[in-house]
Amino acid sequence: MPLVFAGVCSHAPGITGRSEQADPDVRNRFYAAFDQMRIDLEASRPDAVVIIAAEHFANFFMNNMPTFAIGMADTYEGPIEDPGWLGIDRQRVPGSADISSRFISEVMHGSDVSYAEEWKFDHGIMVPLHFLTPSYDIPIIPVNINCQGPPLTPLHRAWQFGESIRAACDAMPERIAVISTGGISHWPATPDSGKINVEWDLDFMDRWCRNDRDALLDYDDLTVYADAGQGGFEIRTFIAAAAAARGAKGTVHFCEPIPIFAVSCTVATYDLSR
Amino acid sequence: MSLYAVQKFLYELNRSEQMQARYTADQASELTPFELTDEEIAALISPDIGKLFHLGVNGQILMHFAAFHQIEWQDYLQRMRDGIAEHGPVREGVYAMTTGVTDTVVPETTAKETTKENRSS
Repeated sequence: MPLVFAGVCSHAPGITGRSEQADPDVRNRFYAAFDQMRIDLEASRPDAVVIIAAEHFANFFMNNMPTFAIGMADTYEGPIEDPGWLGIDRQRVPGSADISSRFISEVMHGSDVSYAEEWKFDHGIMVPLHFLTPSYDIPIIPVNINCQGPPLTPLHRAWQFGESIRAACDAMPERIAVISTGGISHWPATPDSGKINVEWDLDFMDRWCRNDRDALLDYDDLTVYADAGQGGFEIRTFIAAAAAARGAKGTVHFCEPIPIFAVSCTVATYDLSR
Repeated sequence: MSLYAVQKFLYELNRSEQMQARYTADQASELTPFELTDEEIAALISPDIGKLFHLGVNGQILMHFAAFHQIEWQDYLQRMRDGIAEHGPVREGVYAMTTGVTDTVVPETTAKETTKENRSS
């Protein structure tokens, strides 16, 4: 089946863990955008949701850091963080080893990936699922791009990975949705947490909506680090989603800074109907 | 200097409730398998969040160690800032500080209390 849904969203732990510290008006409009994304995702009737994340040392460490990894299990656990700290109760999240196995085999035609039969979800996946599949009733295929431990994959390889994911989705008999999660500019978990380069974020999302490959790849890690912080390395997940959308145009439903959440909180989707 | 070993210890501690229980009962024994300097051991046992940040511990690892020690978020941020003021810039890694030691990045909140029921999920 062709890809049935493609979008991106933020995943910062403060979104659920420090909810009460945010401006209620902005926060509630952000949550409403998340909820509309859930409605649209459900309307696409996915048999499985591929969630492309940038995990934060929950499963992978510098002793054996995969550039690209995909989960292949029937169930996953999360959050790995303290549930009180994150504001999300521990869950057993459904996966499908069968769907994942076939999906990974297809992806491998275009990109080399590691697979993982164990995967503990951190906030990078649990925060999006909290809003998008709150009943935890749709099989999840977790995907990771290393955005934490340099050396990091070049952006054009993240794009290629997104193309491989799209080809895999289209080759599957199931209806597959793709959601990428990450921050845009941010300096998370440092004393600079809350610093946000809004102008940079809006420019990046403009490139993302136009699905302009050249513009999306026209960054290097040194300038991203200077302008968007180490958290900006997570644009790799958004770039993979853009490639997976294969030329579709996007719409930003919400993109506003919420400093206590440490990012420009973002919800955006591609129109795959054209 | 063995930043790799410090981060490996914290990575394993963060993802294992069993290890957290053992560490709570006997910190020194849990640290033994890791090749750590006396400076690093002292910073971990204290725990000296500011020193660990200065040493270059990735914030995504360090913030969970702070939460494990019941250190509240704003306090965690301030301890890192104090560590830079006391010890100097982050020695290595990409989780550095770009603002001044006396800067306030996020102003005091004016938010009202909310509950999970207010969330849109």
